[in-house]
Amino acid sequence: MARAVTNRHKVIATIAAWLIAFVIFFPILYTLLTSIKTESEAIAGFSLIPSGTFENYITVQTRNGYFKPFMNSVVLSVGSTILALIIAVPAAWAMAFSPTKWTKEILMWMLSTKMMPAVAVLVPIYLLFRDFGLLDTRIGLMVMLTLINLPIVVWMLYTYFREIPGEILEAARMDGAGLWQEIVYVLTPMALPGIASTFLLNIILAWNESFWTIRLTAVDAAPLTAFIASFSSPQGLFWAKLSAASTMAIAPILILGWFSQKQLVRGLTFGAVK
Amino acid sequence: MATHNTKALARLMMAPSVVLLLVWMIVPLSMTLWFSFQNYNLLSPGNVSFAGFFNYRYFYSDPAFFQSIWNTLMIVGGVLLITVIGGTFLALLLDQPIFGQGIVRILVISPFFVMPPVAALVWKNMIMHPGYGVFADISRLFGTTPIDWFAQYPLLSIVIIVAWQWLPFATLILLTALQSLDSEQREAAEMDGASFISRFIYLTLPHLARAMTVVILIQTIFLLGVYAEILVTTNGGPGYASTNLPFLIYRTALLGYDVGGASAGGIIAIILANIVAIFLMRAVGKNLDR
Repeated sequence: MARAVTNRHKVIATIAAWLIAFVIFFPILYTLLTSIKTESEAIAGFSLIPSGTFENYITVQTRNGYFKPFMNSVVLSVGSTILALIIAVPAAWAMAFSPTKWTKEILMWMLSTKMMPAVAVLVPIYLLFRDFGLLDTRIGLMVMLTLINLPIVVWMLYTYFREIPGEILEAARMDGAGLWQEIVYVLTPMALPGIASTFLLNIILAWNESFWTIRLTAVDAAPLTAFIASFSSPQGLFWAKLSAASTMAIAPILILGWFSQKQLVRGLTFGAVK
Repeated sequence: MATHNTKALARLMMAPSVVLLLVWMIVPLSMTLWFSFQNYNLLSPGNVSFAGFFNYRYFYSDPAFFQSIWNTLMIVGGVLLITVIGGTFLALLLDQPIFGQGIVRILVISPFFVMPPVAALVWKNMIMHPGYGVFADISRLFGTTPIDWFAQYPLLSIVIIVAWQWLPFATLILLTALQSLDSEQREAAEMDGASFISRFIYLTLPHLARAMTVVILIQTIFLLGVYAEILVTTNGGPGYASTNLPFLIYRTALLGYDVGGASAGGIIAIILANIVAIFLMRAVGKNLDR
């Protein structure tokens, strides 16, 4: 009897969950479907069955030049993430293993810099970029993305490093491991998963950043965020093509995101929720 | 001696991050503060003069100013309300035993990974468009006139789009927190005959408090700066109906070329963010100590 009740409960919960999941996912699904419709099909009213053309994907590349903003997105997100890691790993390491009474304050202060509204410094950053010739350059934007994500990267790494037991280091030292051996055989293997998770999450954040990437670029350094935003102008009202471009812009990160659910929770809650 | 060395080394290791963030905070902020007291328009860059509080008074007397503050708070408050309540409900549902849980989870969290311009354009053109959107198709099915969302309810439309992007985040965090709830405790409560509602109020909700605080903190940081969603959908309109503070400052700075006015707006945005931040940081600091 109890079993029957549980089963019915499971079926109802399953139906409800799938329904809600379908509604939430629907805009993405519809984008995907529209991207393989023809333009006239795309505005012909609701339909879940497309004719299955890949023409839009080709047109987006040949007419709008999709590849360049895509490469910019790759270079900017990977580049800024590596740069942020190089700066943050030592800092997080020091805070996790040689904490002082100030460590907590420094961490909170770093987090508070994220509270500064980006738009409040739009004018000075814009003028500085203009004066240094950094507007619409990949290097300028890369530095920008590194700076805005640095606090999150330090925090994430700190929460991972803090969980590495310090006794292991002492044990290795007792066994006569030199500094180099300590780094290669003890620290790196234990720190690597945390660094990899941070890397993954920061790529997602940098890829989707949509304020500085739109405002500080025009043509040369424009990543996918700016490329897609340019479709909002009236002459860009080709929905099938917009859908194709959108699908290509979100697919890599969507797949990356599916694999990093756990890291995402941990990283974005600064280790408060695991 | 060894500890002395370690300490020096630790300081050295932290230096790049701390110095960079310090520069990143101080340089642009002091520039914004300085500009906010200047008459400085990019169209006549030779004519820079001290303005006193003129820019602040100008910004303050702009009717768009109060509306933009109101809109900013409405976006933050509206999205938080939808995502925290909806996220709690969804997390409770996904915590039940269901068939295909992994796939459902993937579907539900997906919107979080969609970049803001894509999310906004998809909603604008394919879901909310009064002629060809799915919502219009649905209302025609029921024989009612389709709603022109961005003309009639511009702010609500923005809130819906942004809430769609952040609901997955709240759900995922709250679900993770739920799963760490001690199952023995839960079973004990069930054995004692506690109803679903009293279990929720006395057991689940207190357990979720910490996760909720974090969700609210993180979302607020990002929601205070909603920008791309407005840029590609309503462009702040009609009138100033969907202009939030970031968007107003952007308009003043890069469309009006008014460096002084935009900087004054920037300082006001910082003050607003700080008021919100003080409350949040205190709550989070307390929660993280536990």
